[in-house]
Amino acid sequence: MTDIQTAANDDGLQVLTFDVRGETFALEAGLVREILDLQSETEVPGAAPFVDAVMNFRGKVIPVADLRLAFGLGRADDTQDSRIVVIELELDGDPTLIGLRADRVHEVASLPLDALEPPPPIGMRWRQDYVSKIARRAGEPVVLPDLPRIFAERGAPVAAASALQPVS
Amino acid sequence: MSLQDPAEIFRLEARELLEAIEQGLLDLADRRDDRDLVDAVFRSLHTLKGSGAMFGMEALAAFTHHCETAFDRVRKGLAPATPELITCVLNARDHMRALVEGSPDPAAGDALLAELHRVLEAGDVVAATAAAPAVATTWRVRFSLPLDAMANGTNPLGLLAELRDLGDCRIVASTEAVPPIEDLNPTDCHLAWDVTLCGPKVSRSAIEDVFLFVMDDMVLAIEEEGADEAIADAAPPAAEPAAIVEPTAAASAAPPQGAPAAADARKADEPRKSDSTLRVPAERLDELMDRVGELVIAQSRLKQIATHSTDMALRSVSEEVERLASELRDTMMVVRMVPISTLFGRFRRLVHDLQRDTGKTIELTTEGETTELDKTIIERLADPLIHVIRNAADHGLETPEQRAAAGKPAAGKLTLAARHSGAEVVITVSDDGRGIDRERVRAKAEQNGLIQPGAVLTDAELLQLIFAPGFSTAAQVTNLSGRGVGMDVVKRTIESLRGAIDITSVPGQGSQVSLRIPLTLAIIDGLLVRVGNGRYVVPLAAVEECVELSHEQDVRSSGRSLISLREEFVPFLRLRELFRTKVAAGQHQKVVVVSTGEARVGLVVDQIIGDHQTVIKSLSKLHADVETFSGATILGDGGVALILDVPHLVDAGQRLEKQFRAAS
Repeated sequence: MTDIQTAANDDGLQVLTFDVRGETFALEAGLVREILDLQSETEVPGAAPFVDAVMNFRGKVIPVADLRLAFGLGRADDTQDSRIVVIELELDGDPTLIGLRADRVHEVASLPLDALEPPPPIGMRWRQDYVSKIARRAGEPVVLPDLPRIFAERGAPVAAASALQPVS
Repeated sequence: MSLQDPAEIFRLEARELLEAIEQGLLDLADRRDDRDLVDAVFRSLHTLKGSGAMFGMEALAAFTHHCETAFDRVRKGLAPATPELITCVLNARDHMRALVEGSPDPAAGDALLAELHRVLEAGDVVAATAAAPAVATTWRVRFSLPLDAMANGTNPLGLLAELRDLGDCRIVASTEAVPPIEDLNPTDCHLAWDVTLCGPKVSRSAIEDVFLFVMDDMVLAIEEEGADEAIADAAPPAAEPAAIVEPTAAASAAPPQGAPAAADARKADEPRKSDSTLRVPAERLDELMDRVGELVIAQSRLKQIATHSTDMALRSVSEEVERLASELRDTMMVVRMVPISTLFGRFRRLVHDLQRDTGKTIELTTEGETTELDKTIIERLADPLIHVIRNAADHGLETPEQRAAAGKPAAGKLTLAARHSGAEVVITVSDDGRGIDRERVRAKAEQNGLIQPGAVLTDAELLQLIFAPGFSTAAQVTNLSGRGVGMDVVKRTIESLRGAIDITSVPGQGSQVSLRIPLTLAIIDGLLVRVGNGRYVVPLAAVEECVELSHEQDVRSSGRSLISLREEFVPFLRLRELFRTKVAAGQHQKVVVVSTGEARVGLVVDQIIGDHQTVIKSLSKLHADVETFSGATILGDGGVALILDVPHLVDAGQRLEKQFRAAS
């Protein structure tokens, strides 16, 4: 991923897109460290469901988080397309490596900056504060999650009960 | 080290010197007549000045010079080491530290110097009256320098000149040891000198001072020849006096061109005393530790492969590697261990200052200073302990009047103790003060909304409130403590070290704060167990024994979770229940009995896999709220096992036991 360092250039925002339960999410490519095939994970009893496991990533023990739970999408069975996207995120000032579960990883793409919109104030079935931007790509919405916010909340899926309409 | 910034090297050294100065001053406060201490402080000040100048820290050198001068007077008996002087130089030391770290307050420096001069002058009056008219004494000084003295930058002429400054002086050089010219190396120093010295200023220590920085390697004999003897009557000159001295010295001594400044020469001499130790940057040790950790993980993979192999050669190599890795690990741990005295030493200054600020008399005792702990942990313990000690001095101990009224000795006792307990070190700070006022704690907690009015709390729970954020009972905010930050920070820091903090207090008799800290943050011996599908590590040092949980016990104990072990009841926790394991329990469950030294608890596991060298990896902040585990480790097959937090589990077991006792 070294060739994509600049998050935004003239061509737009460089993002890695991946699917989680039929929704397409996008992460700034600069955050992504590595994409791994599924590995053995170790469950952490007593942890928040959103980060209920740890795994061995190159000799380090890193937490594994599941965006599906933060967005209330429910778990899915692993398939052979399932991957772990390892990102590096700053948590309370410390750079932290985190594995994110993904059902399928697409490619690094460029989202034109003018295609990025703030999340609609209503009409989302997710916590609005979890979504930083929404882009439209080939007619389908792409969600840029607000990762610092999500991790600060430990991925609690419900703040206010606003389970209304899906966006699309 | 060679890659390091010279200024950084200087700062490292200066910090040690400052530390030595501080310790010396504090010792001196207790034993004010100890000349060795005075000399030691003087030497450190002198070295600090010298190397400061050498590294271009002129402000430091100039400032230190004044303190050095002050101590020079003390050393020569011209001024006494008064408590005021010691306090003043201690404050000056802090300013030097600021100068070294590059954050000085210029005004403070001038104020300190003014104070120093005031104190010195006050002292001088005493000295002037005390100093008896000196009697001129004749001294005979014989000395020779090591062969390489000049190569190291010592200038014998300078030494002779200094001797001459002391008083009337007759110097005779002995050329006996000078080899024939063809064997002579002009940079070697073959001369010896015989000096007869007479004058009122002369004393043994004054002569020794001349040789202060070369004394370790040289031959020096100082004899007192008797008072008031005229120089002419002194020891008959062995050879042509005076005349021969200087030319010979100049010719054969021939100081090397551009000889380094005196300061350099003195510097060159200093480190020699500690040449059996090596200074290594802490990061390198950390790197090495990481490598050892990786090796241990690789080794456990090898072991796993070897156990499943029939190749005897592979197995024996694997065993060998296991042994070596384990030894390497132990050696590495020892390298990182430092005695806790390095930490306790700092608190003597703190207590010294606290006495001044609080007006209380505090007697500090330390115990178990040789207890060793990982260097990283020691560093991180400093701040929490400072808070705890301040609290004890400020809130715990009473004023001398209050103590007298309570029938206690005027001096409050503060004890710092460290001891091993299993895989932990327990550091306790105890005082014999008034103890914690439960009613005030409760009132404060209610006022701050930490507890409901009238809430029923155990004594321990009540005392734990002290660690709640924003809690402070001090009616007045002093500059020492009482700002309501502190104890919660202490608790957080200790917990981040995977330690625990306990507090006990008896009203009127004092309080005790205990910090339990794991020995190391790096690698431990562990017992690998299985619960359901998960594997967990129990720190081996905490394991007392493993017993089988028989089927009858299992069934019988289902209601009360206590097993009897040799006439004693031990509460136990079923890890399967704690971890909400869904897989069915095995036939032969085991109980691993763990202890924190005082209390113990049995942990019911499905299987004991074996011992495992555990490289501790910390869990991320995302799992900071999971108290059952203190970390994780990587197993031979690449999987991750979580490390059980024994003190936490023991606490859980204790609560369980109390519930059962209360119920029955």
